Amino acid sequence: MTDAAPAVAQNFPSASPRPSLDCPAWNVPPADALALLKSLRDDSGYDMLVDVTAIDWSAEKSPRFTVVWHLYSTTAHRYVRIAAECASAADPVMPSATGLWPAANWHERETFDMFGIKFAGHPDLRRILMWDAYPYFPLRKEFPLAGIPTDLPDPDIAAGMKAKVIPAPMAGGPFVATPGGAMSDAEPRAKDESWNEGREKK
Amino acid sequence: MVTAPNELTYNSKIEGDVVVTRADAAINWVRNHSMWPMPMGLACCAIELMATASSRYDIARFGAEVMRFSPRQSDCMIVAGTVTYKMATALRRIYDQMAEPKWVIAMGACASTGGMYRSYAVLQGVDRIVPVDVYVSGCPPRPEALLDALMKLQNKVKRERSASKLFHKSA
Repeated sequence: MTDAAPAVAQNFPSASPRPSLDCPAWNVPPADALALLKSLRDDSGYDMLVDVTAIDWSAEKSPRFTVVWHLYSTTAHRYVRIAAECASAADPVMPSATGLWPAANWHERETFDMFGIKFAGHPDLRRILMWDAYPYFPLRKEFPLAGIPTDLPDPDIAAGMKAKVIPAPMAGGPFVATPGGAMSDAEPRAKDESWNEGREKK
Repeated sequence: MVTAPNELTYNSKIEGDVVVTRADAAINWVRNHSMWPMPMGLACCAIELMATASSRYDIARFGAEVMRFSPRQSDCMIVAGTVTYKMATALRRIYDQMAEPKWVIAMGACASTGGMYRSYAVLQGVDRIVPVDVYVSGCPPRPEALLDALMKLQNKVKRERSASKLFHKSA
């Protein structure tokens, strides 16, 4: 099988081509996403689920969250990208692809962990990177890179140490590389060095 | 009339078998030269830690070649790598399981300060949850730097009041 575009256009009138610089891509309503993925897997040879992730377009935008699937054909050696927008920004839900590819399991757990998107039908939708009690979704736009103060994963260790999750000192960061010039100047470093060797770290 | 000496005097029969020293010196000498590390390898620093143990750098020259993956059998935790908050509690638990006396080397920028990971997920320096004896700079430090840290730790242990800690709890 070479090109999935005619089949998608014929069988999925709700899917619209998505601007893409590399592989073919379609936007599809959430209700049709699984059917389109299954059709691409079974009829067009895209047998491998490479990635499931999401985009947060920020709280002001509507729709806010877009879930993205990348598929690969191990026979034709080509990729395809499918994107579907979550209807609700407050409670984003997307059907789970675990029934099509077991590989979707951990990808969807990661997407849930980072964006808070719930995958309906997922057999075990828990956080995978952060600990279970972590209260935030770190890859959402409003979440600061330095983090938000909260409790350590383990209550008795947190109590014994009196330690907490603190915002990381950004020291003018994030650290930015400046290309060109001497190698020593091109290393990633904070543009605003509010503390350094001469000034104490607060 | 000659009486038998009842106080301890020089006895030529045991000459050469007795060394007079301070208990501190003897205990610290023993601890110094058999410091079994707990290799807390969490990131790329662990590769340098392994290189330090290999034939080229040979940490055995300093008596610390017996890497113990059981905290019950180790003396010195070498935190080699990035400590995430999720790992930090596990790390503290392992430290708590180590028998006294115990020491900690924070190897590399991440373990010492969080390094380049100014991020919500990374503990900003392992000294926030365990007491650190020696910090090693570098990203990652070369094996020589880790050996230097080990020698510095040995110097520190050499100065510890081990015996007085044992005999004078209140002091």
